Amino acid sequence: MIQSTQGGAATHAPLLAIEGLTKSFGKVEVLRSVDLGVAKGEVVTVIGPSGSGKTTLLRCVNFLETYDSGSIRIDGREVGYKDAGGRVRRGERELAGIRADTGMVFQSFNLFPHLTAAENVMLGLRKVRGKSKAEARAAAEHWLSRVGLGHKADSLPGELSGGQQQRVGIARAVAMEPKILLLDEITSALDPELVGEVLEVVRSLAAEGMTMLMVTHEIAFARDASHRIVFMADGKVAAAGPPSEVLAAASHNQRLGAFLARFRASHF
Amino acid sequence: MIGQILYALPFLWHGFLITLAVSGLVVVISLVVGVALGVGLVYGPLPLRLAVRIFSDTIRGIPILVLIFFVYYGLPAIGLQLDAFAAAVLALTLFKVAQVVEYVRGAIASIPAGQAEAAKAIGLTFAARLRYVIFPQATRRFLPPFVNGVTDAVKGSALVSLLGVTDLMHAINQVIGRTYDALPLYLLGAVIYFLVNYALSSLSRRLERRYAFIRE
Repeated sequence: MIQSTQGGAATHAPLLAIEGLTKSFGKVEVLRSVDLGVAKGEVVTVIGPSGSGKTTLLRCVNFLETYDSGSIRIDGREVGYKDAGGRVRRGERELAGIRADTGMVFQSFNLFPHLTAAENVMLGLRKVRGKSKAEARAAAEHWLSRVGLGHKADSLPGELSGGQQQRVGIARAVAMEPKILLLDEITSALDPELVGEVLEVVRSLAAEGMTMLMVTHEIAFARDASHRIVFMADGKVAAAGPPSEVLAAASHNQRLGAFLARFRASHF
Repeated sequence: MIGQILYALPFLWHGFLITLAVSGLVVVISLVVGVALGVGLVYGPLPLRLAVRIFSDTIRGIPILVLIFFVYYGLPAIGLQLDAFAAAVLALTLFKVAQVVEYVRGAIASIPAGQAEAAKAIGLTFAARLRYVIFPQATRRFLPPFVNGVTDAVKGSALVSLLGVTDLMHAINQVIGRTYDALPLYLLGAVIYFLVNYALSSLSRRLERRYAFIRE
């Protein structure tokens, strides 16, 4: 289990720096000047009511969503737009390169159904990282074993349970050796009895120092596994800090209190 | 009746080859052009999307027979004079291209958005996403209507007889013109068309099994 730390990793210049991020869908402002930093090796969890913009925030980080203003930098490099001269969108190849360094695991798994578990993991290694078939296969077997699915390497996604599919999804993302891993409500589509096996994998990655930014409704897990919790409401960061502080702040932050009360009823 | 059929077969052979040639040309050209335009309709810039959309809606709104007569009898007025075979193939191909465009659009649209997102997330470029993630899945959706469309092309090729192209249908009519015995000849023609299309349907079922990697 990871203890929340004040010093250590968090004192360095952040690996991921989000500043003044705004984003609208038509007339709806989803993100209203969000600031957020994630240091190397840090695990940051974003919680908040649905519609608060947390998933959109995550999707902006690897540019699955464009953003209107503000900046997102990974290792000092702007994500979606060229640094110089206004907001010029990066070319296809540059974007692909940036995304390859930003792993993402999806709520609905999004495994490639025509490829086996191993081939799902190998695709990026072969076509993006340029590894040989043998190298990619070895890496895929390594990562599938890490998530407890070494014996399922040659199964198609349709032959796996939801929890197994999501663990393949995690293996596919981490095999690319990304600088940061984005986890978007990765247990929300799972049957309750399958949630544990997936969270266990995330916990072990955190223990090894993988930098992670995750959105989750598993408050208990967020409290145990995160260095910091960010509470979002109405497209803004309403509270942020070590889990114990943020969860304790519920007594004087009305929105946070109301949000957590619903979880206390069912989860604590 | 057997005697009449045996008498007719040599006359029909050449027509049968013409029918296969017309069908084959129409299918191959429309597959290549239709897939290109279909991909353009889904991913292309707005002017291209508009142009393909207008082309497809227009062609699909015209009876195929009108299209054939328009190309053969109408285009010479603007200086494009095609012989009967070329005009027939062009008209049938235009019609088939419009259909293939819609099959391609539907096949690509049926792939969940999450597939393209997952492919982006591991760093695949646009071309690689299409090649390794979208097309292999879309092919499975594309094949059944397309093979169905191939059998339509074989059946529809009989229309070229109306321009005087001596395909299977026209050859049958020529023999009937000599023997004045229509029933055995039309029965024979029906059996030949059926056998070709039955072979195609069998092929289609085998292809579908080959691509049945998604369990539903």
